[in-house]
Amino acid sequence: MNALKDSLVELIRRASAELPDDVNRALVTALENEKKGTIAASALKIIEQNIELAKRKSQPICQDTGSVIFYVDCPVGFDQIAFEEAAREAVKAATKVGYLRQNSVDSLTGKNDGTNLGPGAPAIHFHQHRSPEISVRLVLKGGGCENVGAQYSLPAEKLHANRDLDGCRKAILDAVLQAQGKGCGPGILGVCIGGDRATGYEFSKQQFLRLLDDRNPNPELDALEQDILKTANELGIGPMGFGGKTTLLGVKICAANRVPASFFVSVSYMCWAYRRQGVTLGAEGAIHSWLY
Amino acid sequence: MISLTFPFTEAQVRALKVGEEVLISGVVFTGRDAVHKYLHEGGALPPGVSLRDGIIYHCGPVMMKQPDGSYKCTAAGPTTSIREEPYQWQIIRDFGVRGVIGKGGMGEKTLAACKEHGCVYLHAIGGAAQVLAECVKRVRNVYFAEEFGSPEAIWELEIENFPAVVTIDAHGNSLHKEVMAASSAALAERL
Repeated sequence: MNALKDSLVELIRRASAELPDDVNRALVTALENEKKGTIAASALKIIEQNIELAKRKSQPICQDTGSVIFYVDCPVGFDQIAFEEAAREAVKAATKVGYLRQNSVDSLTGKNDGTNLGPGAPAIHFHQHRSPEISVRLVLKGGGCENVGAQYSLPAEKLHANRDLDGCRKAILDAVLQAQGKGCGPGILGVCIGGDRATGYEFSKQQFLRLLDDRNPNPELDALEQDILKTANELGIGPMGFGGKTTLLGVKICAANRVPASFFVSVSYMCWAYRRQGVTLGAEGAIHSWLY
Repeated sequence: MISLTFPFTEAQVRALKVGEEVLISGVVFTGRDAVHKYLHEGGALPPGVSLRDGIIYHCGPVMMKQPDGSYKCTAAGPTTSIREEPYQWQIIRDFGVRGVIGKGGMGEKTLAACKEHGCVYLHAIGGAAQVLAECVKRVRNVYFAEEFGSPEAIWELEIENFPAVVTIDAHGNSLHKEVMAASSAALAERL
């Protein structure tokens, strides 16, 4: 129990203070692409300094340490209740030492008890598999980018978006336009085509577990991802919405079945401070390897 | 790079133009969702807090209490400002605010209030919590910590060379409006 808790505190620390390599690389490329002397380039330079400083000081990259979302892949017989207890203890401990901000508010009373624990906090998604391996992925998702997420119901007359891939494209690009710089761009999109309102958003968020430079195995979705990325970066929204060449760093899209009456396109937006990390755990709960 | 130093006079603020980068030094007060709603509903500022010729910073920092009772600011980037759009114009007008630091930009009501009362919107780099926390030289005080919780409290901060970009000036210009218009047109060509 203690080894597991310690491992999860370390996972939280690393997720909060260190950006994964794939995201770092994408930001370095973005800075190289922006024109020297522009405010877009200045913004990216500050972002780079910030990444270095956060890592060196082991302090949060962003003060909004976000919703704490765990994704656990576990074998049959894994004690989910014990994991949940350890995760809650880890979140509490990580908050005490400042890896996480006191970030969880009672929606009815407005009280923030400073523990980051409460209904739905942290969120834990379990997935059982046949392998004996236990892996825990963690996403810390800030509120600014969460607020610019959007769910479209097709057909959307205002966007001339019908129930086809072109309609999905229009909806997704509208989400980028509406977000402007408010989600702390350059951002990353996680999209789900189909599903119901709940699973649509849930699957869209799971796309953030993918590596930025991976390719979608489905050729149609892969083409849509590349097209949205290219088109969004031609809009001139730029880092922080200051104008510039880098509006998005990546686009990840999945599809889920829908009922005939519904056609949702759910778009989640991740800020440049893309905090995702993961570990595999040994039997006693100690960290075995890092996943990103 | 333009230095902007407390007290922030109307002349100093009116001289700024959209797109200019500034380094801000002096005393600022944080205030975000709970504070804006409270002031909008007629709440009074606590004794010791004055926004006259001052700056309000949309920020919910990470603060660590030290053994001697003081606070150390360990993360302090801006939060999204558009949520304060229903309230900001009134707070600029009633409390004599000269500058609003935040991120993501604000709308028409704030733009009009900046022009009328001599105020600017200063866009800090969202997510840059460490670079900006380094600019916080001292945490002077905290107000409403109990009522609103730590991220939503009013923190009185001494900042030095805090980088930001003027994205709404006191002459009716908004970089956010410009980028929205240009990006809408660019998208229309690509649909």
